[in-house]
Amino acid sequence: MKFDELARLVESPSLNIVVTSMSSDSHTWNLVYLQLVLEELGHRVVNLGACTPDEVIVESCLDQRPDLIVMSSVNGHGRHDGARVIRAIRGCPELAATPVVIGGKLDVAAGADGGVTAELLAAGFDGVFTGSAAIAEFRAFVAALPVPSPRELIGATPTLVDELTPVGA
Amino acid sequence: MSFGDAVARLAARGGLVVQPRMGFADPARMRAGLAATRAARAATAGTITLDSYTRVNDHESVRLALHRGDALNGFPIVGHGPSVTGAMIDGIAAPDFPIQVRHGSADPRHIIAALLGAGLDATEGGPVSYCLPYSRTPLAQAVHNWARTCEALADARTAEREPHLETFGGCMMGQLCPPALLIALSVLEGLFFWQHGLRSISFSYAQQTNPAQDEESVAALHRLIGELLPQARSHVVIYTYMGVFPRTEAGALRLLAESARLAVRGGAARLIVKTTAEAFRIPTVAENVTALEYAATIARQELRATRPPQDTGVYDQARSIVDATLELSTDIGAALVGAFARGYLDVPYCLHPDNAGETRGYLDAAGNLRWKRIGSLPIRASADVVSARPMTSVELINSLSYVERTYDRIP
Repeated sequence: MKFDELARLVESPSLNIVVTSMSSDSHTWNLVYLQLVLEELGHRVVNLGACTPDEVIVESCLDQRPDLIVMSSVNGHGRHDGARVIRAIRGCPELAATPVVIGGKLDVAAGADGGVTAELLAAGFDGVFTGSAAIAEFRAFVAALPVPSPRELIGATPTLVDELTPVGA
Repeated sequence: MSFGDAVARLAARGGLVVQPRMGFADPARMRAGLAATRAARAATAGTITLDSYTRVNDHESVRLALHRGDALNGFPIVGHGPSVTGAMIDGIAAPDFPIQVRHGSADPRHIIAALLGAGLDATEGGPVSYCLPYSRTPLAQAVHNWARTCEALADARTAEREPHLETFGGCMMGQLCPPALLIALSVLEGLFFWQHGLRSISFSYAQQTNPAQDEESVAALHRLIGELLPQARSHVVIYTYMGVFPRTEAGALRLLAESARLAVRGGAARLIVKTTAEAFRIPTVAENVTALEYAATIARQELRATRPPQDTGVYDQARSIVDATLELSTDIGAALVGAFARGYLDVPYCLHPDNAGETRGYLDAAGNLRWKRIGSLPIRASADVVSARPMTSVELINSLSYVERTYDRIP
């Protein structure tokens, strides 16, 4: 058996994922939860935390080169913030093809989508997850992502949220 | 007139003072919301909640949103400026209707200038409680900003005007922070306010997950205030549960009622309410008025507790945390920064870079909020810690939704 085939067998498929809020949103329970969900799926998460400025998101992603960028917001400004941030992300050639999704409570309207999903998909997101089925749809989206070529075995063990310290300042 | 004195007088006359969360970008709507709060059949205080762009000093986004007519999630007091705000509250603010500005900013200096300029002088927050959970601002910077904020408020004191500041430290993260740390932070922020010139201070505590534990915690908060800041003109303010809210009307009302009873039994003067719409969206003015009147009705049926509450060690833990922090420096701001650096203060599940992140809270079977890990908190002698596996996403959701499930269940 060739080494890379062996590596495929022993290594669980794993993605490098950046989880982040947006500049105007201070909530973090959504971020703590998403990190746990993704880590339990075997993926590695860098959590950028609350009130993340656009440039911190872009610079962190240029630094991390993640396989997926997950933006979560629950304060009602995600519709505007998300549309602005995705332009900045897509403006970087290195990140032009990176899967980027957004979810949570993205506008201040109650219940009805009000076109927010179509608007954000058109702006450049690959997935928009809102409403009661959001997490199930998000898991399905993540499961369908192609896993990149095998990584080095060292460091492939998923860390738990309790062992991680947030990055960025 | 002081917000604090007005609350004390209203509370002495009419029982618990109830207050909504409420913020609209449009001055006419904001004024109508305040007027409806004032007209509610209850002793009320008014709230002007600011939008989240103003909170992070992104005044350019406010300007664009106002220009385009985009929705904002609060009143942009800096963007509107003192004359618009002053006109908005003209004839609404009164000795029997104090108004507080609520914002959530780690750097509220522009906000303070704007509210003082409009004739307002009561707000809330704190160097820790409006930094760690809600911003990326380094703690030392937030301490600096809040020292200047306190001084600006204190400088506005006149014979007729006594600025008021409320600690938000008793509400950290909204949930899953054990009460001893909430109380310690609330008291430490109050001491910080006093050191920087405030004389009228309220101390917050957010309703958590078990009524008996909450009653013990409010008693511990009163005791610490009496021991450490007896000279302040102060009151305690209770927040109705800030975590995931019940989805049924009956469940939401039961939780609101429980918080009103906690406030009265614990001797608090003021209650910040939540509404039956809380689980779904920002409440309407009418929903807020309903919640205010309901909470006031429940409060009138309750009496202050006459027997001392249970003692499971909340006071001892809080006192240990406060003492260990104060030993680090006579400058409270420096003590706060040092305590976080050493992990003497360490907020569970808080992602801020200046928080050590070594502590974890969890709920026991009775809904008591307890420590799973205490990290370097100076409470080893008194804390009953259950070491366990790290929390999974399912356990986290179950803990975060405990109150929702408990109160939505048919009684």
